[in-house]
Amino acid sequence: MLIKDPDDVKSSEITDESLYWNRRAFIRGAALAATVTATGLLYRKLATPNQQPRNAEGPQSNAAAGYVTPEGERANDFADITNYNNFYEFSTSKGGVAPRAKNFVTRPWTVEVGGMVLKPKTFDIDDLIKLAPLEDRVYRFRCVEAWSMIIPWLGFPLKRLLDEVEPMGSAKYVGFTTLFDPQRMPNQNDDDVLPWPYVEGLRLDEATHPLTILAAGLYGKMLLPQNGAPLRLVVPWKYGFKSIKSIVKITLTDRQPRATWNEVAPDEYGFYSNVNPQVSHPRWSQATENRIGEWGRRDTLMFNGYGDQVAQLYSGMDLKVNF
Amino acid sequence: MKSSDIRFSKLVVFINSAVPFSLLAWDAYHHRLGTNPQEFVLHTTGTLTLVFLCLSLAVTPLRKILGLPWMIQFRRTLGLFAFFYGCLHLLAYTWFDKAFNFGAIVEDTLKRPFIFLGMFGFLVLVPLAVTSTNKMVKRLGGRRWSRLHKLAYVAAIAGVIHYYLLVKADTRVPLAFGFALAALLGYRILNKLLPSLTERKLARQSAIKP
Repeated sequence: MLIKDPDDVKSSEITDESLYWNRRAFIRGAALAATVTATGLLYRKLATPNQQPRNAEGPQSNAAAGYVTPEGERANDFADITNYNNFYEFSTSKGGVAPRAKNFVTRPWTVEVGGMVLKPKTFDIDDLIKLAPLEDRVYRFRCVEAWSMIIPWLGFPLKRLLDEVEPMGSAKYVGFTTLFDPQRMPNQNDDDVLPWPYVEGLRLDEATHPLTILAAGLYGKMLLPQNGAPLRLVVPWKYGFKSIKSIVKITLTDRQPRATWNEVAPDEYGFYSNVNPQVSHPRWSQATENRIGEWGRRDTLMFNGYGDQVAQLYSGMDLKVNF
Repeated sequence: MKSSDIRFSKLVVFINSAVPFSLLAWDAYHHRLGTNPQEFVLHTTGTLTLVFLCLSLAVTPLRKILGLPWMIQFRRTLGLFAFFYGCLHLLAYTWFDKAFNFGAIVEDTLKRPFIFLGMFGFLVLVPLAVTSTNKMVKRLGGRRWSRLHKLAYVAAIAGVIHYYLLVKADTRVPLAFGFALAALLGYRILNKLLPSLTERKLARQSAIKP
């Protein structure tokens, strides 16, 4: 029974109680759904792992194609090798490199080889990679951050290029420089990341060692930008950052060349930076590593498992001092 | 604000705080954690710990600036989620990095300042989580309880330095956390010195109104 009162609202205008609660429930539901969606999208934007569909080159097919190390370790997936990269010129996030490097143009490209050589020469990249037949080299790759992969590089020994320019007897070291072009390598606009351009160096006997290669490809195909196209160094017994990418200049000298990480943090990254499980990084142990694609951790091998071939380069040296 | 609305908004905060964990678990279940899932879980849970520590420390400034005292209700939820993500972060480190080798963890903690700070920050959060119930607030007494819970600042500072020390070169994200934390702590100092400028008092506001 409704009370007839002229001051009161008309009974027809009073919201039915159940409707009132429905509306309340609806608004609450909408508020909850909206905030959860917003939080979810924010999380997706800030913390989404790089997702690349696994393509045909799964571990089995790699093995079938012969992409295994002499020790029988199968190469990592192409998708992992090409979407998990340290290449600070593009991004400091390993998953962020591939998308930001996607449109990096690598032609025209020249590599200037000079310094203490008898025949300095600037090579066009397409001529350079024809200096010697490209061969598959399935190497262990150990990052200083304690993760590792097996990578089937395509390249030839650096020595072949050095022979071409004829190093002088006084040359003792080889320095390498990455391209400096902030328009194409966006992080080079920010000096806080690293001093640019990235530089690295090797002793001449390390550079001419048969394991040291210049890689132009992997998995039988030309390199993608994120892996250091069009030409990079690969020194399998050293931490990954020594294997400088997108090289434009190679200089032979009689003094130890500058090396970017060594310069930024000399107590953390030595000039040699040979893989050494006994010398820990000041902030983490190097005794074990996380092989991408595996669940548990592996023991890290001295010289990344290449000791029988390279240990003699360092005989008599204290590797704890010359780390 | 009605008490049922407050209860509902607490639920909204709780569910939203659980969203990152749900998505992380969902991605893990579907093997969608990227190339290095162990590292991804470690980094994501660490970042979430700092995010929730900062959010829990943002409650007091926000409620004072906006003059919304009921916002205090969110603080416990956010703080406990910071602790929850911190537990996951520690578990990820113990499992993926150290394979439950507790000797190696002790060695790591004593040898490396950034691990030490991370452990220290986590241990500081433990008594705060334990004393987060209403019963414990009563047992300790409000003043002692709030003095104890000032340790949240210590944990947050340790957490940010822990993050700053571990990155290789690009310190922009840890520095951003550092600035956020400095602002949150700076507000508290300013609030102590100049309360009239830094908070909105409901009583005064209504007195000014014609």
